[in-house]
Amino acid sequence: MSINRNLTEEQILLRDTVRKFAEDVIRPQARELDEKEEFSDEITAEMAAMGFLGAFLPGKYGGSELDYVSYIILVEELARVDSSHAATIAAHNSLGAGPLYYYGNEEQKEKYLPKICQGHLWGFGLTEPEAGSDAGNTQTTAVRDGDYWVLNGSKIFITNAGTDMTLGSTVLTVTGENANGKKELTCFLVENGTTGYETKNMKGKLMWRASNTCELYFTDCRVHKSQMLGKRGDGYHQMLGTLDNGRLSIAAMGLGLAQGAFEYALNYAKQRKTFGKPIARHQAIAYKLADIEVGIAHARPYLYEVCRMLDGNERITKEGAIAKLNCSELAHMAANHCVQILGGYGLMKEYDAERFYRDQKLLEIGEGTSEIQRLVISREIGCFD
Amino acid sequence: MNILVCISRVPDTATKVVIGSDGNSIDSQGVKFIVNPYDELAIEEGLRLREKNGGVVTAVTIGTDKSTDVLRTALAMGVDKVILVKGEENPDSFYVAENLAAVAKDENPDLILLGRQSVDFDSLQIPSALGEILGMPSISVVSKLTIEDGKVTAERDIEGGCEIVEASLPCIISAQKGLNEPRYPKLPDIMKSRSKPIDQRDAAAAASRTSIIGMEIPLKQRAGKILTDSDDDINELVRMLHEDAKVI
Repeated sequence: MSINRNLTEEQILLRDTVRKFAEDVIRPQARELDEKEEFSDEITAEMAAMGFLGAFLPGKYGGSELDYVSYIILVEELARVDSSHAATIAAHNSLGAGPLYYYGNEEQKEKYLPKICQGHLWGFGLTEPEAGSDAGNTQTTAVRDGDYWVLNGSKIFITNAGTDMTLGSTVLTVTGENANGKKELTCFLVENGTTGYETKNMKGKLMWRASNTCELYFTDCRVHKSQMLGKRGDGYHQMLGTLDNGRLSIAAMGLGLAQGAFEYALNYAKQRKTFGKPIARHQAIAYKLADIEVGIAHARPYLYEVCRMLDGNERITKEGAIAKLNCSELAHMAANHCVQILGGYGLMKEYDAERFYRDQKLLEIGEGTSEIQRLVISREIGCFD
Repeated sequence: MNILVCISRVPDTATKVVIGSDGNSIDSQGVKFIVNPYDELAIEEGLRLREKNGGVVTAVTIGTDKSTDVLRTALAMGVDKVILVKGEENPDSFYVAENLAAVAKDENPDLILLGRQSVDFDSLQIPSALGEILGMPSISVVSKLTIEDGKVTAERDIEGGCEIVEASLPCIISAQKGLNEPRYPKLPDIMKSRSKPIDQRDAAAAASRTSIIGMEIPLKQRAGKILTDSDDDINELVRMLHEDAKVI
């Protein structure tokens, strides 16, 4: 079945364009940026000029107006070549632009969206040292003081929050207690450079080393009340909605990485000879490649179908979790086979196999671990009713 | 400046080509088609000239209903309008040139840009045939182009060097690698290309003058053999050249 089956002419052209861009602009630098653990302002600026930053936002804010299938193809094609750059784009769109666009008021949208389409990044500060999917345990607080809210606390593992191109981040805080005794959660839009707000780049990552990951620190950081996202107490639902959509971009990263690892392994297996013939002709190797192909062949149409559901404003809590779980485990299998097929060379940094192998691991952890995905799915199918 | 860019739809250069069951056409099943890479240079040059001098860039292809995809690519790159001339399924170069000439007569361009050749059938005839039909100067295989006050200066790649040619507008230029670096279509432009109209026309009365009677896939190259400078191997080399290759 063709990779382009059931896609429109525009979606096919978009795939071809992003693939060529990723091959020409990102691939030549990917290995070195990963090795140096360096975020590239230049490549990010080029991606911005291509319209990757405001992928699904309307044209009136400077967005590219992609439908969700097209957006997912964009992320998939970047991840086929390099997960770090795919992560920059996926996090910016799904977690940065998404909440601003879906939950911001018109004034906030006009203030921030044109800038974050054109070349500024926006982060999403949810995770804390002791709170991730368990958002109810959030410790960062915001306390009202006249027209301002005063933020104190910290966040961890926040993508895109601390680059020279970053404009700010959406930050989840505790603003009180609900009637049922649970924490009242509220999001604020905090610009970089605000007094009392600091970002610290996290180094020493296993994966996505050319993407930016930060710790955020708030020390009596005063944020004007107009920077509240939506209403007081909306934070929990905003976060869940954002993660539902964000899961699809992680799924796209898994699918793209699996495709990249598959092509890399197949190409190697057809060239490398042992016992007088290419290793692709040894069944043990051929069957590994066949297994990856089976996984990709099932994962892609399913992911695109979930995107079409989202385009149709259907609820995708279960389907998004299934796609995310499936594609991230597929990426694990593909990267593992890829290293195995390359044998000793697969362990060396000169070959992309080891980067695929490291980069895939986040997909089973970020935006809800595989265990959390199974929890979501089992809840949705009624196990706990 | 009114610029007409002629583009063709060719199998992706990475596609594995299979001959159809009729023995004289390519089996298009599963084949991915793209804008002829040399034609992308022509589109890019048209866009750059428009950005510098103003005007309109029109892209045209002679094809079938399937050819809308390459016109969509041209729109996403930035051409102003596109024309699809629907004609024979497998036309020859003369047929294409006749039909491009008919469009040129309607559109009245100052400049016609094409790729130096299409990478599928490689006839290299169309830029020259078009010049002949329209009575216009036609400069082939151009790697640098300057247009000032209606005067065209073109650098052509020739064996071992370059040739500089002058002509006046209107004029036909076929593009060679090095002329420019084609831009990537930007995502918002790709999405907007969806809603732009494609001007569809029927082919002019023209007939192909040649027809394909057969196609063959080249035989796989045999593996090379490495010989040393020992006396035995030199004798073997002479034997192979004489008996196997039959060149001496």
